Parts: sequence; structure tokens; C-alpha cells
Amino acid sequence: MSTPAEPLTKKQLKADHPTWCPACGDFAVLASFFNVVQKLQIPHEKIVCVAGIGCSSRFPYFVNTHGIHFIHGRALPLATGISLSRPDLHVFVFGGDGDGYSIGGNHLTHAARKNVNLSYVIMDNYVYGLTKNQTSPTTPIGRKSKTDPRGAIDRPINPMTQLVATGATFVARTHAAQVKHMNEMFERAILHPGFAVVETLSECTMFYPGAFDSGNPRKGGEFELVDETTQDLESTDAALKLAEDNSPGKFGVYFEKKLPTKNELEWQWVNDAQAAAPDISGKDLLRKRFASMR
Amino acid sequence: MPETHSPASAPDSLRNAVIRLAGYSQDGIQSIGGFLAQLAGSTAQDVMTYMTIPSTISGGPSIFQVHLGSGKVLHPGDEADTLVAFYQDSYDNHLSSLRDGGICFFDSDQVKELNHDREVIHIGVPFTSAAIEAIGGSAKDRGKNIFVLGMLCAVYKLDRERITEIITRKFGKKNEDILRNAMLAFDAGFAWPVHDINHMPFAPGENKEANRLSSDGNTMLATGLIAGGCRFGAGYPITPWTSIMEMLRSELPKYGGMFIQAEDELAAVAIAIGAAYSGHLAITGSSGPGLSLKTEAIGYACMAEIPLIVVNIQRGGPSTGLPTSVEQSDLMQAIYGSHGDAPRVVLAPRDVEDCFYTAIEACRIAREYSTPVIILSDQAIATRIEAFPEPDLDQHWREPTLDLDERGADFKPYPLDKITRHAAPGSRSSEGKYPVVTGLEHDEWGHPSSNPQNHKAMTAKRREKLVKLANSLPAPDFHGDEQGDILFVGWGSTYGPICEASEQLRRLGHKVGSLHLRHIHPLRNGLGDIFNRYTHIIVPEMNDSGVYGHGQLATLLRSVTCNPAIQSLNKVEGITFRVRELVEGATTILSK
Repeated sequence: MSTPAEPLTKKQLKADHPTWCPACGDFAVLASFFNVVQKLQIPHEKIVCVAGIGCSSRFPYFVNTHGIHFIHGRALPLATGISLSRPDLHVFVFGGDGDGYSIGGNHLTHAARKNVNLSYVIMDNYVYGLTKNQTSPTTPIGRKSKTDPRGAIDRPINPMTQLVATGATFVARTHAAQVKHMNEMFERAILHPGFAVVETLSECTMFYPGAFDSGNPRKGGEFELVDETTQDLESTDAALKLAEDNSPGKFGVYFEKKLPTKNELEWQWVNDAQAAAPDISGKDLLRKRFASMR
Repeated sequence: MPETHSPASAPDSLRNAVIRLAGYSQDGIQSIGGFLAQLAGSTAQDVMTYMTIPSTISGGPSIFQVHLGSGKVLHPGDEADTLVAFYQDSYDNHLSSLRDGGICFFDSDQVKELNHDREVIHIGVPFTSAAIEAIGGSAKDRGKNIFVLGMLCAVYKLDRERITEIITRKFGKKNEDILRNAMLAFDAGFAWPVHDINHMPFAPGENKEANRLSSDGNTMLATGLIAGGCRFGAGYPITPWTSIMEMLRSELPKYGGMFIQAEDELAAVAIAIGAAYSGHLAITGSSGPGLSLKTEAIGYACMAEIPLIVVNIQRGGPSTGLPTSVEQSDLMQAIYGSHGDAPRVVLAPRDVEDCFYTAIEACRIAREYSTPVIILSDQAIATRIEAFPEPDLDQHWREPTLDLDERGADFKPYPLDKITRHAAPGSRSSEGKYPVVTGLEHDEWGHPSSNPQNHKAMTAKRREKLVKLANSLPAPDFHGDEQGDILFVGWGSTYGPICEASEQLRRLGHKVGSLHLRHIHPLRNGLGDIFNRYTHIIVPEMNDSGVYGHGQLATLLRSVTCNPAIQSLNKVEGITFRVRELVEGATTILSK
């Protein structure tokens, strides 16, 4: 990581005041992002914040970096295009449970298995907030919402099982009320080469207050950590076992393994192809192609 | 071609020949057609091919029709002069496509000659057993396509040396055995005693340009994108678009770029937009159903003002429709397919050669106007082979650049008085303020805004750049009489049949002009003035006449010019117009 001429400060990173509701968990995520980026001193112009649609997906407007606010569910493939075509950039994707696990669920699997180099923060609040209280893919059975007035009937997905199963090479879980832990998870995600995803429980104080109290000691819950001295972080089986715990389960890194990234593999092809014919211009290369059509 | 045939002997020689090869797709009839096309192209003869392929994995009836000619060949030929039938059903189904007096070669190992009253010459040749014998028995019936090629080469007195050179180039790369077997089959076919039919040789071509290429539309579209500066893209396989993505995937790394196979159409367009946002000219593409899936993201690219090339190789629709047949029914989808007012540019190539130049034009427009540009090609252009002069790359090559210059205090991502030029990530801001590119309605700095006056101004900004483009467009391609009875207005692959039909009608004494549009949206200004000089404006299109009686371009032209003389000639049979159909259609309209 190269160092910018002037040290990057949190002040430089701040943009518009967030439009989130008071006490929304996403404020803490934003603060944590400022902390970690400042600590790592990523060159300001090399940071790209990408998002789809949802409350949490408004993130790029609240950060003064290059940013792109895309359509619902497609932030990951968009970020894939950025990351692959511009390996010099640091690509961050922000979104919620609807954007990531529901409408964009297919892309999660594929960006993860391809091991695209990016950091993805899923602000999971177990509810659709921007559209005002509908059932989300992580809403527990029985919870009432505007689309489930009798209580949710569909089994929720288990985000951790889901994420580990995608083949993501870095999978962690944190809680927006645990700032130090969140900082640590984000930092490790950023430093991980490849697809790094952090499932971040972030409370919707408007529509689902108290959803994550059971993981918050200040609200009488328990913040139980993954024991990395005994956990085999390179084992998918061990990660899936860990993911079996009922919500909110354990916090920390579930899986971490260095595997070739798609960025490395694709650019290896580009470099090999160019090395095979080092002295020929693109124009002459196309002329050669034309010669074979004569 | 024997050197003794000077232009003086032209009356004794053949100027045009339509050869239809009918068999199954696994028999390699496409490669015979491809060899003939390449030969014709490289010996200054003109060529156009026509192919049907079944939408099965392997096998199924398939034809390849080659129209070879010494003048300009504009269409694949209404009727065949020569039919080569490999199987009974190929014979049964295609004998009717042969003109009276034409020759039918059939595989006497497979085909029983029918009792019929057609005035055609029948020649049975045991393709299957003769090829097996030539190669040495163990090769099954693999070489029979090359055997037939050798036979056709002898019958039409084609340039044997040149064609063996093309075969060597094609098979020599694989291994010596394959090449040796191919040459044995070719020689056996060449020596087969069918010369007594004494077919006339071709006259030397009138097209004297050196360096003529033979290729198909998808290949020329892909090479045009490379020449135009596209280096990144993504796609998802769908017929008949797939060959473009296959080619870009293997070619772009050589040019320092990459093409990604995405998990679905939505991801493909999103990846391409990501690369475009990053400062590259990027491309995605598909065929009809895939374009529908990409539609939301294309609307985003209009709103966010992203330079993006979207290729649509049209096929028969709606839904899965006719995946391997041709249709021009995605025009409205290309122009208007979106939620909201989402102006974008739509171009259509008229033939294989034009695919290259249309792609270059699309790259230029996308870059200059920071807009998505949809290229509407179709299955007919995509798969057929034509010969044309080699493009001059000194004139058309565009080296891609990545602009990461620092942006100053005056930088705004969405200025109201200028066309948007995005600052790609990686470019510094002298003021320390970085832009957000967005699909929310935004102000000049990219901040979300629902202010009524702002939305009105931004909608106008996105529209006016297309108006500016319309004002700069060149006059469309025009042939024939500048006023009179009929003006044909066409787009896409109907170009050849329309030109030919308009010539035939002129020979019948009618005053006919033909106009072919590459720029479908925006249309060039002043078309209405041209239309006013004709009694009838006929728009042939391979789409349905719809509830209101007009095809898709005709509907658009009627709404733009308010000219009631615009009428449609529609065809939805999954195959291209025959020249005869256009002549008859126009004659009927004239007689009303």
C-alpha cells in the first residue's frame, strides 16, 4: 500500500451528514470505516465506495471518496468490474440484507467463488427499512411486518452458513454496537487479498429496535467471540459448524484462507498474452488477425 | 481460376452462382461454405453466405448457401443454381429451392432420387463411400465435406491452388494426419468424373481491391470494438451473440484488456458499467431476452451518463422465440426499453463489413457523449460470411486511454452546460472533493436532488446531447432516384435485398430510391424532406406489422415525420427477405 503525500484524516473522509434515522446502527459502521481507512492510510483517490439500493446503500454519499451508487442488488458485479479492470484501486462495497441476500443473492455466490479482490460490508438489520418495514431474507419466523401481518412464515437464511458456502475467502461477523471489534474485523477484511465479507449486525431503530440485543452486553445480551486459538480458520467444515449457532451466534472471523484472486488470475493471462508478443503494437496485432481472414 | 479467362471471354463464363449445401450441422457443411466464401473473397469475387443452424447441441438439419459472383453480391440468392444434398431429407426439403435447369448433386449412398417433374439435372455421387475410400477406410464419413469441396472446385473451375492453400492454413495447425486426410478427400472429389456436365467457369471479378477479407458479422463487430478502443467487457452466453464474447475473451488479453464471463445478464452489464466507471470504454452484449434482462442497468447508464457499448444480436422473439433465426423486432426495446425517460443511442450495421465501422462509430459516440450506445445487429449478419476490402487501421484505430488527470475546482460530474466527463477513480481532486456517480436524480455535483426544476433541467441535459448528436450526423446511405414513385427505407440486414429490389424496380421503369439508416436513434434531421419527394415510402422490416399496421421503424418514422405515405412491408418467417418478395410487395403498393 503506497502512502499518500499528506496523511489522510477522518475529516477529509467525511461528506454529507447521513440521512439515516437517529441512532441507526449504520452510523457506527460509517465511523468505523473512517477509523480503519485513516489507520491504514489508503491513498484518498484510490478508495472507491460502491453500493446498491437500501438505507445502508446510501453509504457512498456520506463518504468523501470516489463513489458509485448503483441499482438494487447489483453492487457486487459492478464492483467486480471496477476491481478487475483497475487493480490499483481499493474497492469497498456496502449494502444491506435485502440487497445482498435477496435481490443480489446470486451475485454474492459468484463474486465470492471467483475471489474478486474487494471488501464487502453487509449491514444486516433483519428488515427492509428504506421501504418501511417489510420482511427480509433474515427476518426471523413469526416477526410481524407489513408484508407478514401474521408473522413471517418463510425460514430465514443463516447468513454465516450462506457466506461460508459461497466460497468467500474471508468471512467474519461483527456487531455495530461493538466498535473496537468492528474496527478489527474491517481492518482484517481490507488487508485480506481476495473476497472479504463482514456480516455486520446493524440495528434498525425505527422498524426493528432491539433485534440484536441478545448480542449486546449493554442490553443484557452476550457478545461471544470466536476462539481463534482453537478454531481452524482454513476449514470450511469448522466454519459451517460455527455457523450453526442460533442468532446472533459467535462474533469474529469464521473463515480466512489465502487463495489466488480472480484479479491475479485474469491479469496473469493478460501479462502472459502480452509477453508472448512483446514488440507488436495493438494495431499490428489486429492487422495480423486480418491477414488470417484473407 | 485459369488465367486464360480474360474479361473478353466473359459471355462464356458464369457471373453468379448460388450453391446451397444441405445436410446436418455435424457434417461440416459450414466449413465447405466457409472455404468457398474465403476463396471467393480472396480472388476478387464477391460472396455472401446464408446459414441456418439448428438450436440443438449437435446435429439437426442445417443449410449453408453461398452466393458467389463476379459483380457486387448484395443478397444470399433467392434460388439455388446448385444444390448439394447429403441426406434424403435434405434432398426432399431443398429440391424446391433449386431453379429450373439447376444441378442437384446428391449423395448416392444416402439419397434415393424422387420421381418429379422438375427440369433439373440430377447427378448422384457416392460422397460417403468415396470419401471413406480416399482417406483409407478408418475415418468414418469425416472427409465427405472436403470431398464435396474438391468436386465443386472442379465443377466450377475454381482456383485449386488457392483453395488448397486455405485448407492447409485451416488444418495444418491441427496436425499432419488431419491435413493429409483433408487433402486426400479433396483430391478424390476434384478427380471425380463429373466434369462432363461442363459447367462454366467464373468470370474474373470486378472487385479489384487488394487485401479483401472474408469474415462473418460477429467477428467484424468484435474486431471493430477492439479497433475502436474497447478493452473491457462482460457477457453471458446466448445465441447468436456468444461468438462475440468468445472472441473477446480470448483476444482482449493480447491487447491488454479482459472480458469476463458473468453469472447472468444482469451481472454482465453491471461488470461492464463498473469497468466503464473505472475509465475504460467497456462493452456488454446479448441477444433479445438478454437485452431485456440488462434493461434496468442500461437505464442506469443513461441516468448516470456512463459510456457503454451494448451489442444486441437480434433473433426471433418474443421470449425464447426462434433462437437461431433472424428478426428485427428489438428496435423499440433498444430505443425505449427502460423505465423513465432514458435517452440512449441506437445504431445498426447493414452488412458484415459495416459491423466493423458501426462498432467504431459506437465507440466514438459513447466516448464523446458519455452515453450507452446499443448496436442492433441480427442473426443473419452475425453468422453469414461476406468479402470486403480490409479496413484501413491507420485511419480507424483508436488507442485506448485512461484519463486519471487531477480534477480542479471547476470540476462537476454533471455540469448543465457541458457534456458529462466523469472523473475515474484514481484521479485526484485538487479541492479534496470526490464525486458520486449515481442513478438517483442528482444536481451538478452528483448530490441526490428531487427539486422539480433540477429534474427538468437534468432530463433536458440528457436529452439535448442526443439532439446535438442528431445535428452532427452524416447523410444516410442513399441509392437510386432522388425523387419519384418509391423510397425504400431500411435498417440492418435488409440492406442487400432492398438495394437489389430497388435496382430491379428501376429496370422495370419505376423511379425508386433507397435509404438505409445506420443511426436509428437519434435519427438524422431532415428525413421528412427526403420522404416528401416520393409518392410511396416503403419500410421493409423483419418484424410484425403490429396492432396498428406498421412495423417498428415505420411506426417511429411516422411519428417523427407525420407522413401518411409511409407503409410497411413486414416479414416474420425467421428468414431474410427475398428480393422477389420486395419487388412484388412494392408492385402491389404501386398498383393500389
